[in-house]
Amino acid sequence: MARSNEPFWWILFSVGGVVAAFLVPVHIVIFGLAVPLGWVSLSHAKLLALLGQPLVKVYLFVLIALPLFHWAHRFRFLLEDLGLYGLRTPLAVLCYGSAIAGTVATLWVLIHV
Amino acid sequence: MSEETITLEVTRYRPGHDTEPRTESFSVPYRKDWVVLDALNHIKDRVDGSLTYRWSCRMGVCGSCGMMVNGVPKLTCSAFLRDYHPGSIRVEPLANFPVIRDLVVDLDDFMEKLRRVKPWLIRETEKPVSEGEYRQTPAQLEAFKQFSMCINCMLCYAACPVYGLAPAFVGPAAIALAHRYNMDSRDEGYRFREPVLNDSVGVWDCTFVGECSVVCPKHVDPAAAIQRSKVAGAKDWAMSMLMPWGGKK
Amino acid sequence: MSDARPQRPGLYYPKMRTTWWLSRPGYVRFMIREATSVFIAIFLIEFLVLVHAVAQGPDAYAAVVGRLASPGWIVFNVVALLFALYHTVTWFLLTGVVQVVRIGDQQVPPALIVAGAFGAWVVVSLFLLYWIVVRS
Repeated sequence: MARSNEPFWWILFSVGGVVAAFLVPVHIVIFGLAVPLGWVSLSHAKLLALLGQPLVKVYLFVLIALPLFHWAHRFRFLLEDLGLYGLRTPLAVLCYGSAIAGTVATLWVLIHV
Repeated sequence: MSEETITLEVTRYRPGHDTEPRTESFSVPYRKDWVVLDALNHIKDRVDGSLTYRWSCRMGVCGSCGMMVNGVPKLTCSAFLRDYHPGSIRVEPLANFPVIRDLVVDLDDFMEKLRRVKPWLIRETEKPVSEGEYRQTPAQLEAFKQFSMCINCMLCYAACPVYGLAPAFVGPAAIALAHRYNMDSRDEGYRFREPVLNDSVGVWDCTFVGECSVVCPKHVDPAAAIQRSKVAGAKDWAMSMLMPWGGKK
Repeated sequence: MSDARPQRPGLYYPKMRTTWWLSRPGYVRFMIREATSVFIAIFLIEFLVLVHAVAQGPDAYAAVVGRLASPGWIVFNVVALLFALYHTVTWFLLTGVVQVVRIGDQQVPPALIVAGAFGAWVVVSLFLLYWIVVRS
């Protein structure tokens, strides 16, 4: 029986879950519904100015990257629970790998503003 | 005057004769104060003496009579016929366990896991009787009392899909009992239980479905015990990463 | 399917079906809760694309906003919002179970922790609405 390194992924899952619970709904309301439907107008200039601030970049990194690890952990166990328990290692690689890729992409976008 | 009856659809399985379980239908008297166990006893006494099942105290404290009643893990001594009447009642062996015969399941796996978590007080040094009792405040008792109510009925294992999908999982009751001793102020044995809990088939297999706590007849809330053990395990893991040279725990 | 244990002869070993989760309402609610993570992840990628578009200039930004205004994306975002809210609610309700908070000797009642989490969520959401939308 092996001492598990699961706690690492579980901690990321938990922190990501907290971030998602607190922040995601309001962001969907603003950027997924209010702006496209024209309920509010957020000018490009204003957003670009916001994006330029280092603290905003850190905030956006936390907002996007951590819930991706939350998704990876949850989705991996979801697939296991649907009968793919035997494939747990490849599933873990796929899920956490995707989250890492998403994190790298987020870093790249934020650095190149 | 004809007596009211209710139908029980009971699983039958004869090892060596049957390759698969089958269902047999019995009509038993419907009495308002009867439980499913009473109906099973009636069948065994009056209709078919070969029906095989476990029971003992018939009052919800021994944990022997756990079975699936209409697909839900229940103690048959606590499942009243009147809650199912006039519909029929399906009685099946406890889910996720191998079936030995009829409604009797093999408990060896759970027994082994129970021993594995060392569900007893472990101390570095025993206090001699002459020095008196171990004293606990009401708050110290509260910390573990709920988890000590487990009667090992295994309804939680029947409700847990993870145990069904991956039988190596240590499981709700075993982890809840480990937690009960970890939280007991008299206990000094956390480091013996910790490797079992933090193993990959320990707490980390649990996805917090929560059905274990829903079906528990003694309100132990094993799901809470498991999640709290995850928090403790994560803290231990983080400390061991930050201080790999190891401090004495 | 799982790590195989030695099977003893004569015993019947039941198999779990892939549709096990449809058999009880508690299992269905669990699956919905787990599925929330998928919608949250998709929205965040969608959001990252929007952030990237802002960085690329006003035309790129307008183009992405235009695409998000399409019926398909609006429907998806409404669905995603419902799933995200379900995640928030279930997460906060379970926080009271998971985290035991003690002040001195006494345990803080879980209901208080849950109420505190919901309160903080409302405050944070309103603050973000103000800071992003209202403030210039």
